[in-house]
Amino acid sequence: MKYFGLIWAGLWRKRARTLFTMASIVVAFLLFGLLQGLNQGFNTVVTNLNVDRLYVSAKTNMTDGLPISYGQRIRNVPGVRAVSHWTYFGGYYQNARNAIPAFATDAPELFKVYREMKIKPEYLEAMAKTRTGAVVGSELAKKYGWKVGDRVPIGTSIWTTKQGSSTWMFDIVGTFDTSEYGGGFPSFYLNQEYFTENTARGGDIVHYYLVGISDPHQATKISKQIDAMFANSTYETRTQTESALAQMQLKQIGDINFIVNAIVGAVLFTLLFLTANTMMQSVSERTPELAVLKTLGFSDGKVLTLVLIEALALCVFAAAAGLALATLTFNSGALKVIFGNFAMPLIVIGMGAGVALVLAIVSGLPPAWRARQLNIVDALAGR
Amino acid sequence: MTLFKQIAAVTLMNFKSLPHRVGTSVVIVIGIAGVVAVLVSVLAMSTGMLETMEHSGRDDRAIVLRNGSASEVGSALGRDAARLVMDAPGIKRDSKGDPIASAEDLRLVNLFRKEDGAEVNVAIRGVGPQVHELRPELKIVAGRMFRPAVTEIIVGKAANAEFKGLNIGDQIKTRGATWTVVGVFTTDGDSHESGLMTDAETLIAAEQRGSFQSVTVMLESPAAFQKFKDALSANPALAVDVSREREYYRRQSETIGKVIYVIAYVVGGIMAIGAIFSALNTMYSAVSARLREIATLRAIGFGATAMVMSVLAEALLLAFIGGAIGAAIAWLFFNGHQVSTSGGGAAVGHLIFELSVSPALIATGIIWACTIGLIGGVFPAVRAARLPVATALRAI
Repeated sequence: MKYFGLIWAGLWRKRARTLFTMASIVVAFLLFGLLQGLNQGFNTVVTNLNVDRLYVSAKTNMTDGLPISYGQRIRNVPGVRAVSHWTYFGGYYQNARNAIPAFATDAPELFKVYREMKIKPEYLEAMAKTRTGAVVGSELAKKYGWKVGDRVPIGTSIWTTKQGSSTWMFDIVGTFDTSEYGGGFPSFYLNQEYFTENTARGGDIVHYYLVGISDPHQATKISKQIDAMFANSTYETRTQTESALAQMQLKQIGDINFIVNAIVGAVLFTLLFLTANTMMQSVSERTPELAVLKTLGFSDGKVLTLVLIEALALCVFAAAAGLALATLTFNSGALKVIFGNFAMPLIVIGMGAGVALVLAIVSGLPPAWRARQLNIVDALAGR
Repeated sequence: MTLFKQIAAVTLMNFKSLPHRVGTSVVIVIGIAGVVAVLVSVLAMSTGMLETMEHSGRDDRAIVLRNGSASEVGSALGRDAARLVMDAPGIKRDSKGDPIASAEDLRLVNLFRKEDGAEVNVAIRGVGPQVHELRPELKIVAGRMFRPAVTEIIVGKAANAEFKGLNIGDQIKTRGATWTVVGVFTTDGDSHESGLMTDAETLIAAEQRGSFQSVTVMLESPAAFQKFKDALSANPALAVDVSREREYYRRQSETIGKVIYVIAYVVGGIMAIGAIFSALNTMYSAVSARLREIATLRAIGFGATAMVMSVLAEALLLAFIGGAIGAAIAWLFFNGHQVSTSGGGAAVGHLIFELSVSPALIATGIIWACTIGLIGGVFPAVRAARLPVATALRAI
């Protein structure tokens, strides 16, 4: 610690150069933190998804649908706690640009499967009593100013009513809170019975069976059991856990991992040159000073350590600042839309620290080695 | 000596001394190359996707969906509606006098990517008997065309390369039918090549759905669109949306295109800030290295403007080289690189496209590079100009 002053002075020998180098490192680690944070964020969201929920869809393709009768048979599988379903309704409000994520379902069962969703029991009772009822997420209700008791027209481009209309009227009977789940939960539900009765054709269909199970450890076993039950029938099924389903959907979008790593790689590679150059310049300017240190009795090893520590101080301090900025961005709630409540994963900070260390050593070692090899006489003579 | 001559002389001298400052100069070049490579590569994704999608449409073709549908998957058109659409005015007719149109049915089927085994939604498009007249770009490159009424199917060239189990002779299971692959087609590199194609009636019969989802028609001319659209809108028996085909496909990829743009510019922007700092560093040290030279030149009468210009010219030259290297890297590694995503809109299922490093993109990259170089050069340049000659000479 007694050399702190010496290192500090060396670091700020050329104030502008050190500041600019630091600023570059800060920016690089800000980017590192943001991108890796997002990446890890996706991964955590996906793996933290509920494992006690299974999704059953048609094996050929989800859009093909399954018969309504499957619900009862799935319920009879041992270990199944609750079974509900989603039937894709699509729909829009006022005009086609305002898409509504509407699904026909069995509402009481739905909230048994998704226990983290909060709905008042009286709303569920009202839903059971009102054929044309609909429960909506509170965010969606707020967006369009819907209140309990409102009658709203929902247009659809797929399902025609028995009367030949494309517009369905629904009575809002309740709202529910999806904040525990994070983004992306469908938030408009109508009664399956009403849907089936009122569609001109094809309303006796289910796109996903949602299966709550009592013991998450049984997920694989129950999945296999469900699929085996319908194997070789006209409507074969494929059962996935929530996280497997989400992983599949993420993969379909693209190889996020690869893109993030490629960008971060490019950034760090560039940075390596910058830092190495700064250290190299700094050492070569100080050649006579280092020679003086050696003359005063500093050992070769000590000089090497001094230069290395200088590089470390530069990188680690700047990296910490960059990661802190990234963390602030994450925790400010700017990304709440995507991840729900989400904080910077600690692993990213750890990875960042590791990268900063490697950066410091790789960029600091060559100049440090050069400082170690300095011959006092030659260096003082300026040769 | 005129100002121009001064600038030329100093700049030339400066460039000649560049090789002595390779170490620091490389920093600015590499820094900017990194920014441009990332920016151009990410933008090449959205450019490639957009090219593929826009290429799928023609101005003299129109697509009709049920009104309110965002895409074909969310649409349903009954047999009667399809018939009415095909009878509308403005549609080009073939030699027999029949309208050139195809009532289509689009289904999705789960297939697996060869690369990572990921399960994806691939489109099967059921097309009408006049598909060859409607889509002259459709060509069979291996095997043969499907025959109607038997469960035969042809696969797009890109789909054939990207997904498992799509070779001629392979079988594909969908709801209600098992299809035999009999041919591979191209459609001039558009989005249809990402999917499969068969006869619409056969597909509908297999699915037992009894409904089309869209009708695509060949117009008499691009200008006939309005006549066609007006006729359909005026028909009380129809509730449909009519779009130009090119417009329709562009809309499908709009959202993901925007997302990619935002990512490219946010990431590129942050990297650019970092690169500006490293450019500043390089140029400040370039100025310090030339301290003696600058002071001497000033002492013998060279003006401040000449100094500023020579530093800026150096920064720009280095930035340009960096930008060119970055763009070249993006082009070498990613131009024509095939990727696939489900983000292309449900209309085409899983979309396969090539990254496209277009000349416009390269220009964007170079402009970014030069801007970074300019910002990074301007402060050191001013410093060079403001150097008090006496102090600078004494400092040596």
